[in-house]
Amino acid sequence: MKNLGISLFAIAVLVTVSVGATSAGWSGLLTIVIPYAALAVFLIGFVTRVFRWTKSPVPFRIPATCGQQASLPWIRRNPLDCPSSLAGVIGRMFMEVFLFRSLFRNTEMEIAGQRPVYGSAKWLWFFGLLFHWSLLIIVVRHLRFFLEPIAAWVNTLAAIDGFFEIGSPTLYLTDAALLAGLTFLFFRRAVAPRLRYISLVTDYFALLLIMGVATTGLLMRHFFPADLLAVKNLALGWVTFAPTIPKGVGPVFSIHLLFVCALLAWFPFSKLMHMGGVFLSPTRNLANDNRMNRHVNPWNAPVKVHTYEEYEDEFRDKMKLAGLPLEKE
Amino acid sequence: MAAAKIPKPEELIALRYEPPETPWMETPTVFRPGTWSYTGTPKSLATLGLPNSRAWQPTDEDWKLPENWKQIILEGMAERLEKYRSFRLFMDICVRCGACADKCHFYIGSGDPKNMPVLRAELLRSVYRRYFTQSGKRLGRLVGARDLTIDVLKEWFYYFYQCTECRRCSVFCPYGIDQAEITMMGRELLNLVGCNINWVTEPMANCFRTGNHLGIQPGGVKDMLEFLADDVADRTGVKVDVPLNRKGAEILVVVPSGDYFADPGTYTCMGYLMLLHEIGLDFTFSTYASEGGNFGLFTSHEMIKRLNAKIYAEAKRLGVKWILGGECGHMWRVINQYMDTMNGPADFLEEPVSPITGTRFDNSRSTKMVHIAEFTADLIRNGKLKLDPSRNDAYRVTFHDSCNPARAMGLFEEPRYIINNVCNHFHEMAEDTIREKTLCCGSGAGLGNEENEEMRMRGGMPRAMAVKQVKEKYGVNRLACMCAIDRAALTALMDYWVPGVAVVGVHELLANALVMKGEKERTTDLRGEPLGGMAVDEAL
Repeated sequence: MKNLGISLFAIAVLVTVSVGATSAGWSGLLTIVIPYAALAVFLIGFVTRVFRWTKSPVPFRIPATCGQQASLPWIRRNPLDCPSSLAGVIGRMFMEVFLFRSLFRNTEMEIAGQRPVYGSAKWLWFFGLLFHWSLLIIVVRHLRFFLEPIAAWVNTLAAIDGFFEIGSPTLYLTDAALLAGLTFLFFRRAVAPRLRYISLVTDYFALLLIMGVATTGLLMRHFFPADLLAVKNLALGWVTFAPTIPKGVGPVFSIHLLFVCALLAWFPFSKLMHMGGVFLSPTRNLANDNRMNRHVNPWNAPVKVHTYEEYEDEFRDKMKLAGLPLEKE
Repeated sequence: MAAAKIPKPEELIALRYEPPETPWMETPTVFRPGTWSYTGTPKSLATLGLPNSRAWQPTDEDWKLPENWKQIILEGMAERLEKYRSFRLFMDICVRCGACADKCHFYIGSGDPKNMPVLRAELLRSVYRRYFTQSGKRLGRLVGARDLTIDVLKEWFYYFYQCTECRRCSVFCPYGIDQAEITMMGRELLNLVGCNINWVTEPMANCFRTGNHLGIQPGGVKDMLEFLADDVADRTGVKVDVPLNRKGAEILVVVPSGDYFADPGTYTCMGYLMLLHEIGLDFTFSTYASEGGNFGLFTSHEMIKRLNAKIYAEAKRLGVKWILGGECGHMWRVINQYMDTMNGPADFLEEPVSPITGTRFDNSRSTKMVHIAEFTADLIRNGKLKLDPSRNDAYRVTFHDSCNPARAMGLFEEPRYIINNVCNHFHEMAEDTIREKTLCCGSGAGLGNEENEEMRMRGGMPRAMAVKQVKEKYGVNRLACMCAIDRAALTALMDYWVPGVAVVGVHELLANALVMKGEKERTTDLRGEPLGGMAVDEAL
């Protein structure tokens, strides 16, 4: 629980900083300097990290095969879980990135009747998927602050998201789904003994920070409305590189904004980089076609081997005695 | 040192999965008898030119490491982070979702949280963070970083030699993080300072010098194969040839040495000999390349390459057209995922074509090595074999997918096709324990030694229990597999957990059913046991 405590403390520090900076009149710092700096750290950090990964070569083609290989033509192959072509790899990666294919396989083991049994355990997959998709849609919905006029498809997306028109202003389904997903992930980590045992401070921090972003966002939408025009002017100011310090966007907005900035700035240094990394995983993004097409290792270097000549030199007499053919009599 | 006494099955199954009170970084590693392997001997290390050869055991206080061991390890890590994208990526992107945790047979069988793949990886990741990331350098423990100390090294040794590199966790990981890759890196690093196990280094030293893991010299290979040919003649009345080191043969056949060295692999080897004779294949074995397996895989990528080089070299020397490989597990990981890259291109060979059926093995057109299950399935499909599956009627068979052909190759249907054609009673184990989700024998990756027996029985427990289930349900009495390590390891595992189930190779089953030209009336199977329904009754 210590790790969770430290994470909570870090979140509290962020809130204090935000409130303190606002009351000290440092709005420029909060709304202009920090957002630009955070974005810069995010972009440079993200690109640098991905670049470092791609700088290390893939010496061997090592896909984890999760289905039948392509072999004899009459044996039905599994082109998605064991792809042997580029199209198959794209399909596999699509399933992995957009549908969390591997996590869908999840099972939970328990000992029952002196024997391990493997029950279906799709909750992690379900809430994980719910969380990630909701987050993506919410981020896209925020484009309405950055575009003028607002692109039609962004409005359409928002309209679909608020389709059920619950409450006023309309509750977005993705907001509820995001919170549901986060809540599941958080309690799973904080309560299940095994998960708690492997969890680092940063694991809790990631969840709490995103929860903070979501909660302040919801608070603004439903309870403490922010001045949307001011927010939009601020956002347009950022994208046109002519930001002005807004007047009276409110403390909740300041906290929301600082949480987002913290998330952006921390992102490239954290496990959240799995967002970029998932595309590069050599056990998933390569075809199982090793025996069809040679994979080249850029650093393949000669090694010391034991040659047949050396072998025959050592065992010549014995080989002769056994009647085995020899290169040199 | 005598092997530790291992607990009885009912004691061993009494498992607890609650993690200890202390955080894992503060929980010391205990080298409990029965759960670790003896260290590599100076003789083996000298043969291979591996560093820091000395006499020591992990229970010693002083591991006699080089003075600058820490620097060697950290430089080794830096080098590997530059050379392997898998390593750097897998160090960075784990979110600790825990999906892998209960997928590891060693965790299921031991309840030790450091056997959860995620935590086994964190053993290394924590050191990576401390020395190779900005946040780890600055914030240390707060971001899960820790110093590399002698205790950390000991922990690595204990747990990286408690992973069989089976890749089951990787199937469930949303990012495909492969503990096998991490264990391989961990073992490479340990090897840099001379921390390895004898059950890996001695077979490697043997293989390097004599061509096979067991250290059998050329005359011995010949004697053993001829002995098996005599056994074939005894059972079938057919005299089969054992061509060795024969230049000009069309096909080089490479099998794991376990197949001609010890029961029950020998029956599988007899199966190969009978099949190859019956179809009249123009082939040869080699004494120089007398090993398909490759314990280099359990040491370092360099060692894989050094040992594997023989196969292509011998194929070239003998002037064969292509290579046929026997039933083996990690051998096929090496052939499918490493051989061509490391020691190819094999442009001196031809694209494999079955001389019997004319089938072109397009899936091995570059590596030029065909798996015998692919080869045999094609023969059966084309009606080239006369089979009498009723000869296996005494057997109720289930099939264990060996980790490597399953998760590093995708060879699932070929063996099943063969089994279904040569047996009348075939029953699959539970869905979550076969194919890509197959459970390891618990003795792979060099851990199949006696002193490590408790851990092997623990690691093999999930597999054994799945067998037990089909034994109780269908009266299964034969566990078929396609791996030499399995044939040895599963035999011990069945004796411990599921007595009454014997381990067979797929080509042993095939040979039992194979009707040969000129054979005498068969009254026994290859093991000399009478044909008929006896064994089933016994099992039920």
